[in-house]
Amino acid sequence: MIRVVLPAHLRTLAHVDGEVKLQVDAPVTQRSVLDALEARYPMLCGTIRDHDGGRRRAFIRFFACELDLSHEQPDAPLPEAVVTGAEPYLVVGAMAGG
Amino acid sequence: MSRVRVLVGTRKGAFVLNADGKRDRWDVSGPFFAGWEIYHVKGSPADPARLFASQSSGWFGQVIQRSDDGGATWEPVGNKFEYATEPGTHQWYDGTPHPWEFARVWHLEPAPGDRDTVYAGVEDAGLFKSTDGGQSWAELPGLRTHKSGPGWAPGAGGMCLHTIILDPVRPDRIFAAISAAGAFRSDDAGQTWQPVNRGLHSEGIPDEDAEVGHCVHRLAMHPARPEVLYMQKHWDVMRTDDAGDSWHEVSGNLPTDFGFPIDVHAHEPDTIYVVPITSDSHHFPPEGKLRVYRSRTGGDDWEPLTRGLPQEHCYVNVLRDAMAVDSLDECGVYFGTTGGQVYASADAGDTWAPIVRDLPAVLSVEVQTLS
Repeated sequence: MIRVVLPAHLRTLAHVDGEVKLQVDAPVTQRSVLDALEARYPMLCGTIRDHDGGRRRAFIRFFACELDLSHEQPDAPLPEAVVTGAEPYLVVGAMAGG
Repeated sequence: MSRVRVLVGTRKGAFVLNADGKRDRWDVSGPFFAGWEIYHVKGSPADPARLFASQSSGWFGQVIQRSDDGGATWEPVGNKFEYATEPGTHQWYDGTPHPWEFARVWHLEPAPGDRDTVYAGVEDAGLFKSTDGGQSWAELPGLRTHKSGPGWAPGAGGMCLHTIILDPVRPDRIFAAISAAGAFRSDDAGQTWQPVNRGLHSEGIPDEDAEVGHCVHRLAMHPARPEVLYMQKHWDVMRTDDAGDSWHEVSGNLPTDFGFPIDVHAHEPDTIYVVPITSDSHHFPPEGKLRVYRSRTGGDDWEPLTRGLPQEHCYVNVLRDAMAVDSLDECGVYFGTTGGQVYASADAGDTWAPIVRDLPAVLSVEVQTLS
């Protein structure tokens, strides 16, 4: 199972607590994980990436295994540790403040 | 006994304020959607238990929420706002062409006769319609694609379509207002539009009486007299008696004619309310005194309403969608401030009291009168 960690506001919007666990067929990529996430929680459509084209929203970042995957190709394979569920895939709202 | 429900949108969530017809004791619930900007919350005239809310965030974009139980519980509905045709460009602040980009929904206007029909005014300026309770949205592109569109420019808050008025007598007539393009009217249910800005004069644009380019802040109509509209323009309070074909100024003796909201008494079509603000560079009331001004003559002659409002050290603003009236026998008037106060008057403005004092900055106030 793929483990996905959402920012607090999106957990509230999707009515979930803690991590989301998703069954995603291989190959596991950022696109396939987000597709599965949006299929399970359609209210998240448009809040992480655009409705069409899948472009990441400007203040959203994707992390995993201590790596920033935000600028990776959406169809590139995710790290094996994410595929096996050893590590979560993090959807992060950019920090803002002074 | 009748009661009222006040729907408040703020910078950090929505609040629902309930009272009976006396309007002296309030039950406050919220924040709903805590942490999100709630530009507008409005109930369906066809089914007052059905509410729509515009929820948005710089991080997560636009969400539309719907309640079918008067605001106790909510569910997200459709949030896909796609321009129907090639978006094209409008003017940017520096005068260069800028692509039309959806930013957020400023205003939701549920239709009077159908609980599933609701209009949305968005930034960058466009008008959308849903006929399935907000699940899906389709643009009425005739407004955005008006021949003057490439020359429209954003106001300081963005190029927003902030006012939608559905004519209660002529179902195919819609009024809309855009900052800073002006007022528009459709007589064919939103398919085609014409600017209705004749009579407006705006300093600060190259042609002061241009067909478009005016920073209209708000329009208001009394349903019993839909040919008459009132306008709070950036500067100037205006009135039309012919559905926008011509406007004349009714600022009269106001201490300043800059401001944002304008509204009409529920039972007296000639009684109107504004909140004068010092200037566009001082977004606070003159002399630090928060005063609503009321005209009982459809403009020109105005009286300050001060009882219960702070008359010293008050430097809040009242935004364009943050005033509303109820329709009880003694008309109630409500407004919210950027300081987080929501004031209510149960006697048409003669006296005021705060319902709440310390909410986040108030973006919108709507009222439902319930039986």
